[in-house]
Amino acid sequence: MAKISKKDLLDRYSWMLTIRHFERRAKELYRASLVKGALHLYIGEEAIAVGVCSALRDDDCIFSTHRSHGHYLAKTHDVDGAMAELLGRATGCSRGHGGSMHMFNRNKGFLGSNGIVGGGIPLAMGAAFAAKYRHTDAIGATFFGDGAANQGVLHETLNMCALLKLPLLAICENNGVAATTLTTRSTAEQDRCKLAAAYGIAAETVDGNDLEAVCDAAARAVKAIRKTGSPRLLDLRSYRMEPHCGIIKDNRDPEIHHRQVTEFDPLLITARRHPDIFTEKELANLQSLAESRVESAITKALAAPMPDPELFKQNFGVC
Amino acid sequence: MRKMTYIDAVREVLAQEMERNPDIFIIGEDVDVDGGVWNETAGLPERFGAMRVVGTPISEAGFTGLAAGAALCGLHPVVEFMYPDFIHVAMDQVVNQIAKAELMFGNQAQMGVTMRLCAAGTGTREAAQHSQNLEAWFNHMPGMSVVMPATATDAAGLMLTALRTPHPVIFIESRRDYYTEQEVPDKFEPIPFGCGQIIRSGKDVTLLTMGYMRTKALEAAEALRGELDVEVIDLRSVKPLDMPLILQSLQKTGHVVIAHEAPETGGVGAEIVRRITATGFDLLDAPPLVLGGKDVATPFSAVLEDVVVPQTADVIELIRDSFRK
Repeated sequence: MAKISKKDLLDRYSWMLTIRHFERRAKELYRASLVKGALHLYIGEEAIAVGVCSALRDDDCIFSTHRSHGHYLAKTHDVDGAMAELLGRATGCSRGHGGSMHMFNRNKGFLGSNGIVGGGIPLAMGAAFAAKYRHTDAIGATFFGDGAANQGVLHETLNMCALLKLPLLAICENNGVAATTLTTRSTAEQDRCKLAAAYGIAAETVDGNDLEAVCDAAARAVKAIRKTGSPRLLDLRSYRMEPHCGIIKDNRDPEIHHRQVTEFDPLLITARRHPDIFTEKELANLQSLAESRVESAITKALAAPMPDPELFKQNFGVC
Repeated sequence: MRKMTYIDAVREVLAQEMERNPDIFIIGEDVDVDGGVWNETAGLPERFGAMRVVGTPISEAGFTGLAAGAALCGLHPVVEFMYPDFIHVAMDQVVNQIAKAELMFGNQAQMGVTMRLCAAGTGTREAAQHSQNLEAWFNHMPGMSVVMPATATDAAGLMLTALRTPHPVIFIESRRDYYTEQEVPDKFEPIPFGCGQIIRSGKDVTLLTMGYMRTKALEAAEALRGELDVEVIDLRSVKPLDMPLILQSLQKTGHVVIAHEAPETGGVGAEIVRRITATGFDLLDAPPLVLGGKDVATPFSAVLEDVVVPQTADVIELIRDSFRK
């Protein structure tokens, strides 16, 4: 495994922590009815977003899911735009038009989260196609859950990317549950790499809670994609620590949940492995950095204007 | 003037715009094989190469999604559905992705996607899953323009506009008009969306039509010569709709009837009546009438299909109905 410099490790850890704190505060704001609508929290899966995005450039375009805050923050570092969007403000990354499930940031290569499970997968193929069309070495990347792997469009996308030789990175966030149905009850074949193999696509299963393992696998996959122009798939195993959405009840095994939270938390795994780097003092510094990023975003968002209905009408021809 | 078919006219402007704008590419099933199923892409793969005329597997959702993602990256895909019926397979990509992206991302994305619904319409005995008109479907869904030209000149002019529009367009092509040689101008000019055309002027009644129904409407108007003076308007564009032209004609005639092949229930005709009653009620001397297809899928046998889809005789009766007390 390629070694990550101390500076990079601290930075990536700080973004995992920022996502964690962002989600905790989003949950509080949701309970206080300040954040409305659907809210799908990313807590527990932070190593995937941060690890994968560490291998990507701004001109590599990613397409996200309904559970998109982590991907958005990892790819863009735009905490202000994300929080303002959740709060429906004009300063939000989608100007308050999209909310939690429709974030967007063109300059940073975040071409949208998606409320339709699996809906964003072929869009990433479109970005991969555009990169090839323009003779750049940029790639398209799609995050999707193990639930979305049962959508036909994934298979169409893998087939077409292999056939047309398109630079796509397909990232399965395999958290073992689709909404509230366990993957063991929804999917006949648990090995996602076999799906890729069916189309002659190289794939790898990685512990998605291990930041360094994800960084390493993503870096290797992206390098291969840039070199060959052909797609790759990563099957990243993780655990969603929150219920599917908002106030939905979680019916998963409480013992497994307890173990996941206490032993396999991606933040703990990284910190425990490098006690020399993640000293108590350093951890306190990182916590305070993450909190300040999020708290400052909340303060700014709450003070920001709501979108202007007149401008909205004008832009979209509403009479 | 020169003579040309509908399908050749569309292909001519497509090639011309592809020459002008390197971001335009064509994607769909068989488009790179032997000129495409309808001869709609003949010569284009040789001229523009495999990246700009992309033949795909039979994966409508997949290639429409590819087009959506490419549009988000600034390209202008022309997505071809071999038959309108096949777009249903890609409906999530059309409706949830392409049509909604501009709004849900806060007007920071432009989705220039031209969706060709090839071989639309009925009357070629291809039965339930290869014979229909879907304009009402897309008219209802916000975020897309919907045009359905019935002549070579209109098809070329509206295609020019579609290819220069950075927003989603549903382009419904009239199959029965595909291969008829027609007089066309030496150079095609863009036809703006939302512009209907009076194709036969008259003073007694306004007959609104679209797609292949245009042919039957003109036949009906001719059959009534001497009895009623029928003004026929080919709407050409369903969304936006040329309400000013409709109201202007109604002002003259006081009678309006609408004929389309698609089912009456929830159809474009019903929508036009809604708008006329809201803004042109005082102009009406008689209730506006709509004639559309029956509320069933299209059957195969000719004698059955002709019962389900309005024919010229039905249009004649519709017009007469407008004058019955």
